[in-house]
Amino acid sequence: MAVTRDTGSLSSSLDAEQLGLDRADLLSIYRDMLITRGIEERGHILYKQGKIPGSFYTGRGNEAAAVGVASAMRPEDAGTPLHRDMGVHVTRGVEPWRILAQYMAREDGPARGRDGNVHMALIEQNLVAMVSHLPAMMPVAVGLALAFRIRDERRVSVCWYGDGAAARGDAHEAMNFAGVRRLPVVFVCDNNQYAYSTPPQLEYACANLADRAAAYGFEGIVVDGTDVLAVYSTAKQAIEKARAGGGPTLVECVTLRMEGHAVHDDASYVPRELLEEWSKYDPIVRFRLWLGEHAQAGEAELSGLEEEVKTLLAEAQERAENSPLPDPNELEQGVYAEIEPPQGSPDA
Amino acid sequence: MPEKTYLQAISDGLRQEMRRDERVFVLGEDVGVYGGAFKVTAGFLDEFGPWRVIDAPLSEIAIVGGATGSALMGLRPIAELQFSDFVACAWDQVVTVAAKQHFRAGTPVPIVLRLPSGGGFSGGPFHSQSPESAFTHVPGLKIVCPATPHDAKGLLATAVEDPNPVLYFEHKHLYRRIKAEVPDERYTIPFGKARIERAGDDVTLVTWGAMVYTAAEAAEALQSEGVSAEIIDLRTLQPWDKRAVLESVAKTSKLLILHEDTRTSGFGAEIAAQLVEEAFEQLDAPIRRIAAPDTPVPFSPVLEKAYIPQVEDVAGALRELAEY
Repeated sequence: MAVTRDTGSLSSSLDAEQLGLDRADLLSIYRDMLITRGIEERGHILYKQGKIPGSFYTGRGNEAAAVGVASAMRPEDAGTPLHRDMGVHVTRGVEPWRILAQYMAREDGPARGRDGNVHMALIEQNLVAMVSHLPAMMPVAVGLALAFRIRDERRVSVCWYGDGAAARGDAHEAMNFAGVRRLPVVFVCDNNQYAYSTPPQLEYACANLADRAAAYGFEGIVVDGTDVLAVYSTAKQAIEKARAGGGPTLVECVTLRMEGHAVHDDASYVPRELLEEWSKYDPIVRFRLWLGEHAQAGEAELSGLEEEVKTLLAEAQERAENSPLPDPNELEQGVYAEIEPPQGSPDA
Repeated sequence: MPEKTYLQAISDGLRQEMRRDERVFVLGEDVGVYGGAFKVTAGFLDEFGPWRVIDAPLSEIAIVGGATGSALMGLRPIAELQFSDFVACAWDQVVTVAAKQHFRAGTPVPIVLRLPSGGGFSGGPFHSQSPESAFTHVPGLKIVCPATPHDAKGLLATAVEDPNPVLYFEHKHLYRRIKAEVPDERYTIPFGKARIERAGDDVTLVTWGAMVYTAAEAAEALQSEGVSAEIIDLRTLQPWDKRAVLESVAKTSKLLILHEDTRTSGFGAEIAAQLVEEAFEQLDAPIRRIAAPDTPVPFSPVLEKAYIPQVEDVAGALRELAEY
């Protein structure tokens, strides 16, 4: 794989200033990564306590990929994040208590108890709620970009998918359509090397999933998905290229899924030595080191930030646990949207 | 009032919607340069340009998914699936994504899928199906099956205004065969409101789509035998006008349901079940269904004639019910 990766701080020789990130931005990115992991750690405990029904999925190891890409987006950009991309929701400002309420199937979760786990999104943040059939969101993401192109808006759609989703026909149709029409969409492949239990060699036969971009007439880039600044930099370039009319890019963020497919899964099929190896590349640990080395973030400042996030999440959990359960009497409401008055001129 | 074919009515309606509301655009296979496989969008590319008349690759998933995505960003896409049979390729987009989005995420998906459906011209198993019943089983979708040029245009306008995914089944066998008066001005026809094709007292005949004409011919033939059939054209299946059927059955006490889709779990089964639940005591005869047999649509004209309900089948059932 064409990615070099160091075990210590971020390998990227990127200068934060060149990336257009000031110190506050960098700390904000770190905070979003902490919140992302913190929510999922709390969720895991809540699940074991029986407070979260159904199943529970985490994106451990994917925090840099999700937060890095989302930080490169503008508010007016849109996207379809999936179940390892909690960091996208956090970065775009979904309040943590609402995410925990979502997990606990409460009325204040974005899906109001009608759908679970990360099957949520706030359309006012220009995010679209995912379905379990993950690659089915890809043509939808292309449709967001199609709307921007039709209206000639300088907006970009970000289409998330994974190494598993890449095997489905939806991925082909989405990328082909986007390539043919040079739509402003960035495909972000979270390649965490396992589709449930299926490893890369049983999922695809090319060296990198990014190689496929060439077949659709656009550029594919492999990036170290544990290096938040490398992800940010690559995503930023791809997004701005799309915004400027340069068409799609495929950004493959290579990580390792550090936990099971969902929490019921002990992932015993992942070689222990692989997990041990990748545990050295923890995206949060790496970025913390980098902040100390390059952003004059001292131990006291970083610890303070970490404590602040812990408090925030403790309060979020309490608020979420106090969120009401959805009302079964309202179950049949909202299957259909209500008719809105027509727009446009009445005479044709 | 000008006379228009069913196809012209759809085409005119589409053009009117696009002129009226700049959020409306069409996409599909061969809809632009070629004007559509049935020429419904002929001339559209010249008038509206390549970003409102979008020739898509052969990609039903991308067409329906693309429509959904653009609708979520505020547009009003009308996607043409070249044949309704091909919507099978995009089942996931229709059923998994579009149909459930409002219920679970609160975001409307105002898309219209134009689905040329139905048989009668030796199209074979993959160009002749009437898959509307299958989609009535999916909460979140609206199902429209116009039978007349007037309804085709008015229901299309309603479909474009509706904030939900609307599956608009246009019967191919009616395209150029049926001609009737259609107003030039824009008008809408509400969903869930049936049309009485023919008033009668002895038997209620509920149907939709091309079968309205088969029903009308059979009812006309039975008139001379002194049997008076009331034909209800449902026009939309989701929602469907149960009240109109109940009112008619209260008068006739007998019900025949006719559809071109296959029999088992066809929408006729749902109509029959609800009528038994709500009007059992008013019925003087068992509810009858006439539908296609439970086979794929066959190719050979003699086989297809055996498959699609014919006037004599309907006339026979009306006669039996009248005599019951």
